[in-house]
Amino acid sequence: MKLTHILASAAMALGLATAAVAQDKTKVGFIYVGPVGDGGWTYEHDQARKAVVEHFGDKVETVYQESVPEGADAERAITQMALQGADLIFTTSFGYMDATINVAKKFPDVKFEHATGYKTAENVSIYSARFYEGRAIQGHIAGKMTDSNIVGYIASFPIPEVIRGINSAYIHARKANPDVEFKIIWAYTWFDPAKEADAAKVLIEQGADVILQHTDSTAPLAAAQNAGDVIGFGQASDMAEYKPSPRVSSIIDNWAPYYIDRVQAVMDGTWETKDTWDGIGPGMVGIGEITEAVPEDVKAEALALKEAIANGEYHPFTGPLNKQDGTPWLAEGEVADDGTLLGMDFYVEGLTGEIPQ
Amino acid sequence: MFRLEKRPQPSRVFAYLTPVLAVIATMFAGGLLFAALGKNPVEAIRTIFWDPLFGEFAFYYRPQLLVKGGPLILIAIGLSLGFRAGIWNIGAEGQYIVGAICGAAVALAFYPLDAWYIFPLMILAGALGGMLWAMIPALLKVKFGTNEILVSLMLVYVAENLLASMALGLLKNPEGHGFPGSRNLKEYPSAYNEPILVLDRIPEPDTCSGISGLFECARSGSYNVVADFSSGMHWGVLTAFIAVIFAYVLLNRHMLGFSIRLTGEAPRAARFSGVSPTRIILFCLGISGMMAGLAGMFEVSGPSGQVSIDFNVGYGFTAIIVAFLGRLHPIGILLAGLLMALTYIGGEIAQGNLGLPSAAIQLFQGMLLFFLLAVDMLTNYRIRLVKREAA
Repeated sequence: MKLTHILASAAMALGLATAAVAQDKTKVGFIYVGPVGDGGWTYEHDQARKAVVEHFGDKVETVYQESVPEGADAERAITQMALQGADLIFTTSFGYMDATINVAKKFPDVKFEHATGYKTAENVSIYSARFYEGRAIQGHIAGKMTDSNIVGYIASFPIPEVIRGINSAYIHARKANPDVEFKIIWAYTWFDPAKEADAAKVLIEQGADVILQHTDSTAPLAAAQNAGDVIGFGQASDMAEYKPSPRVSSIIDNWAPYYIDRVQAVMDGTWETKDTWDGIGPGMVGIGEITEAVPEDVKAEALALKEAIANGEYHPFTGPLNKQDGTPWLAEGEVADDGTLLGMDFYVEGLTGEIPQ
Repeated sequence: MFRLEKRPQPSRVFAYLTPVLAVIATMFAGGLLFAALGKNPVEAIRTIFWDPLFGEFAFYYRPQLLVKGGPLILIAIGLSLGFRAGIWNIGAEGQYIVGAICGAAVALAFYPLDAWYIFPLMILAGALGGMLWAMIPALLKVKFGTNEILVSLMLVYVAENLLASMALGLLKNPEGHGFPGSRNLKEYPSAYNEPILVLDRIPEPDTCSGISGLFECARSGSYNVVADFSSGMHWGVLTAFIAVIFAYVLLNRHMLGFSIRLTGEAPRAARFSGVSPTRIILFCLGISGMMAGLAGMFEVSGPSGQVSIDFNVGYGFTAIIVAFLGRLHPIGILLAGLLMALTYIGGEIAQGNLGLPSAAIQLFQGMLLFFLLAVDMLTNYRIRLVKREAA
């Protein structure tokens, strides 16, 4: 008993010492699903982490763990960060949802931010970006640029996020070009250069001359470059090394302003549970430079579309729109509500094929 | 000049010594790698091997060793039986997935019924699922003489697609807002594979008793940890320990175990002494599939909790390393599984604390197998120093 007591005081002293150190620096942890060098999703989260370091300098300390599998391993990785004294932890993939909630229960004083999920708690906020706004602009350019009228789409997993992107791109491609047709390949991965390259090649062989991707590597752009005369877009990050063609524009995830804002809130003690879903307007979704490979008039239209979405004049899901089976979804002028968009599990009219089950 | 000389008999000393040598060599080469990455090698090695066991937060990491090691040991034990007989089941990952799907499917079929028999039924379904999946390469081998290495491996990819289909379709959580993944079995008491033994239930934040309470207090300067950090000892870990004993008894005390060893070491002698190769093939693939299936079922109902697209994280493949690292011996596998778990957990800590890239950790684990195979030579050969002969 006595020994325990002595140890306890020693540990106490240690704890206080740690606490004292912890007070001047806010420790921020990041859990990444891919490697920081993936050039896409995780890369952009890590860029935002670097922006946090740059913004706060000595006032923050950041730690990260990359390629963390979703499931039991994620729970351990997050717990580990909390134990090591993190004040705020960003878990940057949908699959970390339950793990984040579980760990948050154990550490009521640590704040958690989970990307792209739907479960919140007193110390868990969620955040995501309205990537479908960027998809609308991509769709418009794709519809205008295709000669074969076949647009290839490399999809990752049939989840609402991805289906929303397909629908948004298709709606705007068809507006620009009524004859356009989408061919969709499900890669069942977020990041697998070999698989993505294969998917791109298959789509190109099937006549696609525009490739849209919802996977994170640059492999589809490389495949487009090899094929020649095929264009694509940067996904998640700018992928500028493929400018001016095949990469004619890009959707860029810009997490930095949000991360800086949330770290600041923890420092000020004003952090509260929030549900953030921001788009082009607040700057969470960026549209990468539209290159000279795109004709001036198309570029101007795309930029006008971007402007209209950014200032809220136009919503990419505005009626009249029917579902794939022909049943009416949105009436003339009606705008989709966020609930439907968040759980989107259907194609809009005109898309062929089925969403895999 | 050094020369390799074949030993008349494999060295018993080196059979035991090579795993240790391999670990030491890995530490050394790994240290060089970490130094090349600009990290302090001693600190990195200490973080990987020492911190999970005796570091500040060991009370959390030690149970995690069981959580991570349990499935590895369970699968590796099953595989080792086949490997001893020269039957190469490379597809444990697929059997692990199918076991998990079957186990979870049983649970979800009963949801939300509260009954004691659900969990035993899940165990049964998991074992059966894994076994049947392994029976495909087994029957093809027995009937048509196909190569079980290829068939079992290819079936992993089939299983992965089956898993994706289940997570997106049949087993998808109806209350999941259209997102993939099943209900979380952790929230379904009748199906939850919860820790059997709770070592340290952390008391109220201000009472500093017990090991965990101590650390709790140590941390409470800035945070309150109010949770039970369990022993990690879930049913799957217990099953893994039972499997170790079972394999030990089978191999040393049972006729079937003898037949397995004989088939591997002297196939012709085995045939002459009346051992049926068909029976051995069916048994070895069946039992290894069953154990992999069980591991998957315990994982999906416990630590993972969910049938999701990325449910499998490579236990089935890592278990092959574990089986060989443990010399295909049950006790060796037990130790090797725990060692492998240590490098995983220590590796994660090193990533978080020292900023080591995850690729470096994977490389480090790969080195372990590499060095093991390399120093294995010493079991069968000895190094002789010979005088340079005049040319």
